[in-house]
Amino acid sequence: MKAILRLKDVEVALGGKTILNIKELDVRSEEILTILGPTGSGKSTTLKLMAFLIKPKKGELFWQGKKVRFPAPLVIRRSISMTFQDPLPFEGTVFENVAYGLRIRGIKGKELRTRVEEALELFSISHLKNQSAKKVSGGEAQRVALARSLVFRPSLLLLDEPLASLDPITKEGMIPELHKVLKQLGITCVYVTHDQEEAFALADRIAVMEQGEIIQVGTKEDVFFKPGDVRVARFVGAENLIPAVILSNEEGLVTMKAQGKTLEAVAPFPQGTGVIACIRPEEITLKKDGAALDRVTARNQLPGIVLSLETLGPVIKVSLDCGFQIKALITRRSASDLNLKPGDAIFATFKATAVHVIPEVKGGTNG
Amino acid sequence: MILSLDPELMQVLLLSLEVSGLAICIAVVLGIPSGVFLGLRRFPGRNLLITLVNTGMGLPPVVVGLVVFLFLARSGPLGNLNLLYTPSAMIIAQIIIALPIVMGVTMAGIQNLDEKLRLQILALGASKLQYFWKLIEEGRLIVLSALAAGFGSIISEVGAVMMVGGNIKGQTRVLTTAIVLETRQGNYSLAIALGIILFLIALLLNLVFTYLQQRRSS
Repeated sequence: MKAILRLKDVEVALGGKTILNIKELDVRSEEILTILGPTGSGKSTTLKLMAFLIKPKKGELFWQGKKVRFPAPLVIRRSISMTFQDPLPFEGTVFENVAYGLRIRGIKGKELRTRVEEALELFSISHLKNQSAKKVSGGEAQRVALARSLVFRPSLLLLDEPLASLDPITKEGMIPELHKVLKQLGITCVYVTHDQEEAFALADRIAVMEQGEIIQVGTKEDVFFKPGDVRVARFVGAENLIPAVILSNEEGLVTMKAQGKTLEAVAPFPQGTGVIACIRPEEITLKKDGAALDRVTARNQLPGIVLSLETLGPVIKVSLDCGFQIKALITRRSASDLNLKPGDAIFATFKATAVHVIPEVKGGTNG
Repeated sequence: MILSLDPELMQVLLLSLEVSGLAICIAVVLGIPSGVFLGLRRFPGRNLLITLVNTGMGLPPVVVGLVVFLFLARSGPLGNLNLLYTPSAMIIAQIIIALPIVMGVTMAGIQNLDEKLRLQILALGASKLQYFWKLIEEGRLIVLSALAAGFGSIISEVGAVMMVGGNIKGQTRVLTTAIVLETRQGNYSLAIALGIILFLIALLLNLVFTYLQQRRSS
C-alpha cells in the first residue's frame, strides 16, 4: 500500500539529548495507525514531527514520496491536521471554532456554512453550534476539537490521545464512533495512545514505542498476540513472561522446560533455544477438581497454589505459584463457583496455541 | 465650570485626548505586533531587546522628555523639523513612553498563552500571518490590558509633555500641565476642575475595560 508519509532515520533532540530515534516508519494511505507506548516514550514528539511542527536534528521525511525540506511548505502543512489531548478551544462559538480551518483556507459564505454544519453533524454537536466553545463539557469539547480538525478533510489526521481526558463511559462510546467517522471519510489517521484497549479497538496497524524508538510495527493481531520482544509483550498485556528452554520441536509443537515444569507451545525454534513464553492472563483457565482435567483439551495443565486475588471491576486477577508466578484473569462468577481463596490448590490450564514464544536474545530476559 | 463647558477648559481637554489618543494608537499599532513577535520568536539579541523593553516600561517620563527635547531642539539632530513646542513633539514623547509598556504587556501575555494552543493554531494549517493574528485574537484581554496600561501612563504624564510641549496656552497646554500651572498660580478652582476631569477620564476608561474583561471571562 502507498505510504502517504514516510519517516526515515529521523532523530529529534531536546536540549542536546536525543529524545526520538526512528529508523523507518510509513503511514499508509487510508489506514489508522496507532502509536502505542508509555508516557514519555516519544509518541507526541513523533506526531509533532509528522505535522511538521518541529524539525528533526537528522533524517528525512517524505510526503507522498517527495522529500520535505523544513520549514515545510504551507500546502503540505495544510494537508495535515492535528488534535491534542486537551481540546484547546478557541474564543468564540462552537461554530466559529469548527469554521477556523476553513476560514484560513479562504472558504466562506454558503460553502463554509454547509461544511461546518456537516462536520458538526458528524460528531453530533449541531445543537451546540451557537454556544461558547469554552463553556461546553469535556466530552463535547473533544468533539468540537475533532470536528475542527476534520472539517477541511485533511489527507492526514494526527490525534494525540484525544480521548485520554474523558471519563470511561464517554470514552467507550466515542471509540467506535470515531472509528466509523474515520473509515466513512477514508481519512488516514495516526492515533497516539498509551491505552492498549483503545489502540486495539481503533487500529489497522500498531507501532509500539519505547524510549523514543519504535520497537515493533505490525497488524494489531501481530502486535497483541505475537509480540516481537518482551517489552512489547509486557506493554500489550501479556503479563506472564516465563523464561524457558526448548527441549524438543516436533513439527512446530515445542516442549519447553521452565523452572522444572514442562510447557507446550507452537513455535519454530530448535531444541536448546532459550526463550520467553508469553501467556496473556485471559488465556488461562482455572480448575480446582483434578478429575475434571480429563475433559480438558488444553495441552498445558500446571498444578499450583493460589497466592492472591485482586478484583478489577468485572474480572478477578488471580496470582498463582506454579513453580513460577503466573497470573490468570477470570470472571467473578468463575471465582465464586470455584470458591477461590489464597492457599487453595488449583490447576492452571491453557492451550499450546495460547503460548507465544519469543527467543530470549531479542529482548533480554523478563527482568 | 465643568458643567458650563468653559471653552478654555474644553480646549485643554480635547488637546489632551487628541495627543494621548493618537500616541496610544501609534504605540498599539507598533507595539502589539512587535510584542507578539518578541514573545514568540527566538533571535540573536532578543534578550537585550527584552531588557530594553523592560527598562523602557519603568523609564521616568522626564528622561524621555529630555531626550526628545535634545533631539528636537534647534541645535539638535532633528532641529530643522521645527517640532519642538508643538503637539507633534508631545505625541512623539508619549509614543516613546507608551511603546515599551504596550510591547511588554503584550509579550508577557502572549508567552502566557498555552504553548499547545499555539501549536494547535499551526496544526490546523495557519500561515505565519494568520498565526500571529489568531494569537492576538485569542489574547484579546491581553491586548486590552496593554492598551489600558499604555493609555493610563500617558494621559496622566506631565514631565515629558511639559518639556517638549512647553505648556503654551491654546497650543500645547494639556490637562496635566494645566493643573501644574493653575495650582502654581493659585487658581485652585480651575486646577481642581481639571483634576476632576482627568480623574473622570481614568474612571470612565477603567469602567469600559473592566466591563469588557468581565464580559469575556464570565
